[in-house]
Amino acid sequence: MPRPGFVLDVDRSTPPMLFWHGERFSLERLPADRSRVIYPAEPHPGLRDVRAEIRRAIAEPLDSEPLAELLNPDMKLTICFDDVSLSLPKMRRPDVRQLIVEAVLTEAAAAGVDDVHIIAALGLHRRMHDHELRHVLGDRVVDSFASSGHLYQHDAEDPDNLTVIGTTDHGEVVEINRRVAESDLVVYANVNQVAMDGGWKSLVTGVASYRCLSHHHNPQSLENTRSLMDRHHSALHHSIWRMGSVLRDHGPRVFQIETTINTDAFPSPFDFLSKREWEWTARDRASYLATSKSLDRTPTRISRRIFHSIKAPYAVTGVNAGFTETVHERTLAEVYRQHVVEVEGQTDILTMGIPFICPYNPDSVMNPILVMCMGLGYMFNMYRGRPLVREGGVIIMTHPTYREFDPAHHPSYIDFFDEVLADTTDPHEMSVKWERKYAEDEWYRHLYRTQNAYHGVHPFYAWYWGAHGRAWASRVIIVGGHPDTVRRLGFTPASTMTDAFELASDVVGTRPTITHLHVPSVLVADVR
Amino acid sequence: MKALRIHDRDRRFAASRLGSVLGSPNARGRGPLSLDTSAFQQAPTTEWQELKVMLSGICGSDLALIEGRASAYFDPWVTMPFIPGHEILARTAEGHRVVIDPVLGHQCRGLPVPDDVSAPADGHDYSHMVGGQIEPGIQTGFCCSAGGGWAERLWAHPSQMHSVPESFSDEQAVLIEPVAGAVHAALIALRSRDEAPLLSVIGLGTIGISTVAALRHFRPDARIVAAGRYPHQLEAARQVGADVVTRFDGLARALRRLTGTAMIGPDTGGGADSTLDCVGSGDTLRTSIGTTRPRGRVVAVGMPAEVTVDLAPLWHRETELVGAYTYGTEDVAGVRRHSFEHAIDVISSFPSPWLLSATYPLNRHRDALAHAATAGRRGTFKIAFDLREEN
Repeated sequence: MPRPGFVLDVDRSTPPMLFWHGERFSLERLPADRSRVIYPAEPHPGLRDVRAEIRRAIAEPLDSEPLAELLNPDMKLTICFDDVSLSLPKMRRPDVRQLIVEAVLTEAAAAGVDDVHIIAALGLHRRMHDHELRHVLGDRVVDSFASSGHLYQHDAEDPDNLTVIGTTDHGEVVEINRRVAESDLVVYANVNQVAMDGGWKSLVTGVASYRCLSHHHNPQSLENTRSLMDRHHSALHHSIWRMGSVLRDHGPRVFQIETTINTDAFPSPFDFLSKREWEWTARDRASYLATSKSLDRTPTRISRRIFHSIKAPYAVTGVNAGFTETVHERTLAEVYRQHVVEVEGQTDILTMGIPFICPYNPDSVMNPILVMCMGLGYMFNMYRGRPLVREGGVIIMTHPTYREFDPAHHPSYIDFFDEVLADTTDPHEMSVKWERKYAEDEWYRHLYRTQNAYHGVHPFYAWYWGAHGRAWASRVIIVGGHPDTVRRLGFTPASTMTDAFELASDVVGTRPTITHLHVPSVLVADVR
Repeated sequence: MKALRIHDRDRRFAASRLGSVLGSPNARGRGPLSLDTSAFQQAPTTEWQELKVMLSGICGSDLALIEGRASAYFDPWVTMPFIPGHEILARTAEGHRVVIDPVLGHQCRGLPVPDDVSAPADGHDYSHMVGGQIEPGIQTGFCCSAGGGWAERLWAHPSQMHSVPESFSDEQAVLIEPVAGAVHAALIALRSRDEAPLLSVIGLGTIGISTVAALRHFRPDARIVAAGRYPHQLEAARQVGADVVTRFDGLARALRRLTGTAMIGPDTGGGADSTLDCVGSGDTLRTSIGTTRPRGRVVAVGMPAEVTVDLAPLWHRETELVGAYTYGTEDVAGVRRHSFEHAIDVISSFPSPWLLSATYPLNRHRDALAHAATAGRRGTFKIAFDLREEN
């Protein structure tokens, strides 16, 4: 039985804590008697036979007829699947989405369905490379559907292939992929890594247009999303669920298949990452030393390649299928069962190590905007109830924050950094002053539609993702970051953790209480 | 008379060139320049007047020469030994402050002046620069007969002298010559008279900043993008009228954003109407061509030497590549004035005292040259010799 997540109070005997530092690691000693560390639960065991569980789920769905009963030879069937932003790192083959799609195709073949399209639900994310499609769906599916044009990627900028389903009672226009809208049945293949994902969000963001997404991907919604991991207190999710209701009432029939995975993110050379420091064996210590010393001597681009080549030994812990809302409640229950850690009260400071990856840079560079997004967007939001840090407190992150961008994947991010952040770091101001220009830039549009670039507006969304954390903390400090780059983000650079605590003392005094979010921080802190 | 002089000593040039290549900070000390005290030479002709130098700037072309980086093209155009220094504020025997148009034109040489020549650098034939009553030399500061500004005194022909407005401080006045060069370059860039032209300036040392100021002076409606290396340069460019400032490596993207064009490799599909390259390196010329719109103009303002540039984009984009040498008679809206007169207007229009960042006496020439060679890195712009105490 895996041990649950827990909170460690740091005392004088507590060893230094492991921090991510981009493509490297560091060990940092936290002040005794006023620091605590939140550890995630140990990985839960996976299902023994995932294929059988998928077959069972689609044969015995929740609040829906079995999939086989929804299929007929004359129908239009569309299968959508989560894109490359999940899972992180990518899971070992076969990816669970491949297993789902293969199971659905088997049912469709048995029912004589000919008109089948498979669509990557990438929203405004970048198009997947061929090798990524093959990793997610398997060679058989790609070879069978891609060449005939029946496997493709959603294009949120193709006006001929978008259609309006309806409008919510808040005036939000639900505009989605025309093929999806006109299908007799849409099957969604989801992989749920955190509580934010899944539910109506799968379709309402994955196959939506910029106009549709802008109703909830904006500073107002994201500042009032408390938090991303708690959909019942998230303005973003409220908007998405309103759109989901429109889709349910006026859109195509949806058969949602959601899966949950455990937290076993790193294979054996990186075992020490998920262990508790005082339990490190001599082998773990040696492994840490060997890894961190060799990474220190390795050029960043090589380290990056090494890390991005990791294939996570994730195990599937649950499969649910059927009516989206019912399925998602089951999914959330399973996610929370693995992720929730009860935490008593808030602290003055929250520390966290920012890793080499976030949902928007698979096989790519963790650029400065993504550092902000990962820290203040994702990791800060790993809570229910209240944030781990008090309002007006300080957030300290560790990351090299190099001024480096992937021009193929993130072209508009470069301009966002040079132009928008030079003008303002305020999400509200930039949304009014700059967002439309980037969203409608023809060059970005071209790169998004035909190459592998995130949509022109995407850096804004990444920035808005951190809007709540940015407004909540009175100071954000990045340890070990490139000073000019950190300042451009509106944050404070510090060379060491000690310096960071010193800088934080201006705001929180000289004996602040500290929470450290231990890596890998896939957890939900239930803060009471 | 104390003077810094350049001698034709091949070994010292070679040592200087080697030191420059190796990045040695002492390269300038081992170069062909030396401080000496000798009798003031004879006047070239009776027309020439003796001037007492007050301030004399250090130009990039001076540094290139001392460091052995100057083009061999100039070898037959200069005579050694000579006293460098062509950015000169001086005082006449009557006590008037004057700045010098250093170009040694027809009048200086006692040659008949062609009809199309008003200013020394005008005209379509430069043969006179190696003829007449004085030795070959394109300018004061590169000719053994005329002397130069890095000395206590020099000879100047009346045709070279321009009065300094009373309202100008000495520090403003010594900038008239470099700003006049920027004026000349700006007017070349603006020849095609586009509506609200998009202009790009690369390199934000003294000449780059002056170029931005001149462009803004002549075309308030222009959109000016300025690309530099150091934060103080970007701030200065903004102060004198740049709309957008960027690091050099961000220039292409800044132009792309302004024009809505596409990036195609490192270049832009469209780009600036004109680009003024105030550096003159292979990199900057290549970037200038690649970020100027097809059938646009690239003006080489900074003096290039031998550089390696891929000219395929020049061919493909039908780019006009043109140099901007010194100054001349400028025709602005039908009014013909010397570049110096426009430079006085430009300097009057923006607060420039900070552009002259530091001065040194002649006997600290090594410090002065080292400072000038690293001006950008040290957060400064123009460095000059100050001889007001000596005179």
